[in-house]
Amino acid sequence: MKPITLALGAATGAVLVLSLAGCVATPPAATDAKPAAAPAATTVDAVMRESFKETGIAKLDRLNQSDLQRACSAASATGKTVDGKTAVALQNAARAAIKYPADGKYLGDWKRGEAIAQNGRGLQFTDTATTVNGGNCYACHQIDKAELAYGNIGPSLTAYGKKKGNSEAALKAAWGRIWNSHSVTACNAMPRFGDAGILTEAQIKDVMALLFDPASPVNK
Amino acid sequence: MKKCRVAAIAVIAAAVWLPAGPSLAQDTTKEIERYRQMLADGNPAELLEMRGEGLWKEKRGPKNVSLEACDLGLGAGKVQGVNAVLPRYFADVNRVMDLESRLVHCQVTLQGLNRADLVKRPYSLAAGERQTDHEALVAYLVGQSRGAKVNVPQAHPLEQAAFKRGEQMFHFRGGPYDFSCATCHGEEGQRIRLQDLPNFGTPADAQRAFTTWPAYRVSQGAMRTMQWRIFDCFRQQRMPELIFLSQASIDLITYMGVKAKDGTMDVPAIKR
Repeated sequence: MKPITLALGAATGAVLVLSLAGCVATPPAATDAKPAAAPAATTVDAVMRESFKETGIAKLDRLNQSDLQRACSAASATGKTVDGKTAVALQNAARAAIKYPADGKYLGDWKRGEAIAQNGRGLQFTDTATTVNGGNCYACHQIDKAELAYGNIGPSLTAYGKKKGNSEAALKAAWGRIWNSHSVTACNAMPRFGDAGILTEAQIKDVMALLFDPASPVNK
Repeated sequence: MKKCRVAAIAVIAAAVWLPAGPSLAQDTTKEIERYRQMLADGNPAELLEMRGEGLWKEKRGPKNVSLEACDLGLGAGKVQGVNAVLPRYFADVNRVMDLESRLVHCQVTLQGLNRADLVKRPYSLAAGERQTDHEALVAYLVGQSRGAKVNVPQAHPLEQAAFKRGEQMFHFRGGPYDFSCATCHGEEGQRIRLQDLPNFGTPADAQRAFTTWPAYRVSQGAMRTMQWRIFDCFRQQRMPELIFLSQASIDLITYMGVKAKDGTMDVPAIKR
């Protein structure tokens, strides 16, 4: 008798969990056929969760904020920079996770790097798993002076290699910024190209060559 | 005369509807400047407004009635200036709605049309696809607000809640790129490539942005609605797909509208 009761209890629990999961997973507002009803969710997280849908490669887990994203969002909403203590903690965590090239070689092909810097494709819900991601560097940075259609959200990178030299320290510093720029300045605007898997190690080497290779137009 | 102009528009719109490369981007800018001068007194969205007016006044749906009795916030049948005071709270549904939500609501409640059908394909996203009825109706309605002063209400608690959530969402960083709206629209004088980005922290920029959407997009050869604008921003942010008429879309439009107070509506506008 007792084991049956327990089993029933467990089953009821499972049903409850399932139905709760069902409530969360079904976007109630926009896809059903009823006229609009009052929104059930009122918190930002809950409203965000029911306002998006998975399409292609863009799954709903993209709404799950990391500690970094949460801290930077909170600071942004107050209109202030992230506080010093948090910034140091975020920068340290980012720095500890940088993966430097396994073969110790930092520079690839600057021509391929230029193509990566021009390419803004990748990771949108209209892209596919086989889309080769670009770095879209020109969206925010001036790089080769010949390209006039550059953005200004990031600093100009013209003559980057000329200014920085090509010491191991200079190469490592630039690699770290590209891999995860929050290792240097927490909550800045630049994507974590290495850390978030946007670019491959080989692609980052090519972008590095665009910046550092003496033959790159950046340093001419 | 008008016919010639429309034909020329189609040719140029097709010419600029190409993936932008480095030199092409510069050519496109020049081409658009030429195009702007050529238009001078016209916008292809005007044709869509006319189509939308026809749809608004036509008896449609299972109930065979027009949308003219629709209450968009200023009373049944009032269309003048409504876009300048939306999103707002509607007591009959006990929630805040933007123009596009209310339009769909009226089609369901007045005309008996099926909501699922109406929200299925609101935007004409395929190349060369005819603009949807939704886009046409929006073009007509927002055109009736030209010259109206933006005054999105904040009296009702749900309007205030929508604004507050919208503000938080504007700063919500997520996805593989860590972008929020504020990443691009929270600083003065920022550009992506050559595209100027309005900063919602300053009233003049917020007004300029809010009062010029919906807009005819030259590069796409189509008029795009405000719902589409937010949907496509999130696509570029690498977020999942924003659901048409979702609460987040309404919250963000409320946030932008309140920030744009006292701007003068100039829609449908014409843009790159």
